[in-house]
Amino acid sequence: MAYSDKVIDHYENPRNVGSFEKGDQSVGTGMVGAPACGDVMKLQIKVGTDGRIEDARFKTYGCGSAIASSSLVTEWVKGKTLEQAATIRNTQIAEELSLPPVKIHCSILAEDAIKAAVADYRRKHGLDEKEDEAKAA
Amino acid sequence: MKLPIYLDYSATTPVDPRVAAKMIPYLTEYFGNPASRSHAFGWKAEEAVEEARGHVAALINADPKEIVWTSGATEGNNLAIKGAANFHKTKGKHIITQKTEHKAVLDTCRELERHGFEVTYLEVETNGVVSLEKFKAAIRPDTILVTIMMVNNEIGVIQPVWEIGEICRAKGIVFHCDAVQGAGRIEIDMQKLKADLLTITAHKMYGPKGIGALYVRRKPRVRIEAQIHGGGHERGFRSGTLPTHQIVGFGEAARLAKLEMATDSERVRALRDKLWNRVKDMEEVYVNGDMERRIPHNLNVSFNFVEGESLIMAVKDIAVSSGSACTSASLEPSYVLRALGRNDELAHSSIRITLGRFTTEEEVTYAADLIRRKVAKLRELSPLWEMYKDGVDLNSVQWAAH
Repeated sequence: MAYSDKVIDHYENPRNVGSFEKGDQSVGTGMVGAPACGDVMKLQIKVGTDGRIEDARFKTYGCGSAIASSSLVTEWVKGKTLEQAATIRNTQIAEELSLPPVKIHCSILAEDAIKAAVADYRRKHGLDEKEDEAKAA
Repeated sequence: MKLPIYLDYSATTPVDPRVAAKMIPYLTEYFGNPASRSHAFGWKAEEAVEEARGHVAALINADPKEIVWTSGATEGNNLAIKGAANFHKTKGKHIITQKTEHKAVLDTCRELERHGFEVTYLEVETNGVVSLEKFKAAIRPDTILVTIMMVNNEIGVIQPVWEIGEICRAKGIVFHCDAVQGAGRIEIDMQKLKADLLTITAHKMYGPKGIGALYVRRKPRVRIEAQIHGGGHERGFRSGTLPTHQIVGFGEAARLAKLEMATDSERVRALRDKLWNRVKDMEEVYVNGDMERRIPHNLNVSFNFVEGESLIMAVKDIAVSSGSACTSASLEPSYVLRALGRNDELAHSSIRITLGRFTTEEEVTYAADLIRRKVAKLRELSPLWEMYKDGVDLNSVQWAAH
């Protein structure tokens, strides 16, 4: 597989690897994918009192582009509000990393991981998703 | 030591420099067409082709007249399987093969199914070996052809083709054996192996790509239909101008293999065992396929909770192949490992390391240490490893397939 330099850079120097403390109320966790498909992504966001994502962590089981996609989105979500983070699209990830067509599903998975982490945080805090989406719109 | 280190000898082998040296004059100086009967250029080429045929025949203890040149293993398998099935189709239309065959056999069988043949794909045992009992039970009165490989290309497991040959011979069923991964690595004696058709290729035994041979038994004579027509070369079995230089290379490769196979194999076995011994104490490491019934050149290992393609990227200083098909367009894990009953995680987590004539001890040590280091690194990145370490049973998790 011929990967772009950006994929290789994220793969070799993944950003924000790890996990936050279990049970931390300011953390939202998204776990997407399945071992059977060859990728599982765990993305965590830590949300500050101002409602912005102040930090993010990931762990990924998967190919180089799955690791790179998740590493990239941990950088992208930092500083964003939940609404802004949820607008990140897989096409932006695929474009940034110049993913080959057979690896587009990795970027879809990364987008799903952000959404799942945001949804988890909202669930923990009883936030109404529709209300937020209305605000974002 | 030069990087990257080549540890993918089952994919292909380098041409031995002694083989290359022997080939070169047949490109520039002795370039005649071996079918040209009217001048010395043709005679010289024909003489070289026949000398090579003798070497290839000798490697498998066959008669030179039983060797038919092909373009390689894929053509050899197609000629054997389609050729035998089509010749014998009035006797019956049932074929037996097994699930871990190479695609050159499986896809050819699929093609025959489209033409009205019926194919039984035998399951293998968890060690990768075909059960003789299940094989016998699959034989029907209308079975005309059995095709079972000698050595599996992914896991290196040796199938009981000697026993299968006896059974087929007793029942008058044509037996084809794909021996591509076996020839030059383990001893093949066509006086002992009751195969009617046997496929071999040069580039797995330090010869050039683009040349192979199909062994076609004369005693008792096996009948097949030609698949390529045009001039009646190779006694009508395979038309087309013979590539003299390729054939000379194959011949020399076969001659060297016969001379050096025993010492090569023992040396490689020691290296393979050294490699395995340096990684086997890691947690959650599994060998795929039987370790005893196996060619000494192959090690296929699953590192649980690490995905195969990312591992291959991580160990880019060594050239190995992934059991995970993620490297191709398909996202399915290896069908061979699935056939062994390996779960998806393990099937996705495998690498195949194959050693050969030019592998050194220093290279093997380097490879083992690199693998250890990188597996540890990728596990730090793996949510599955984290869950495993936290005592989560991964089979109890409801995964959303995507």
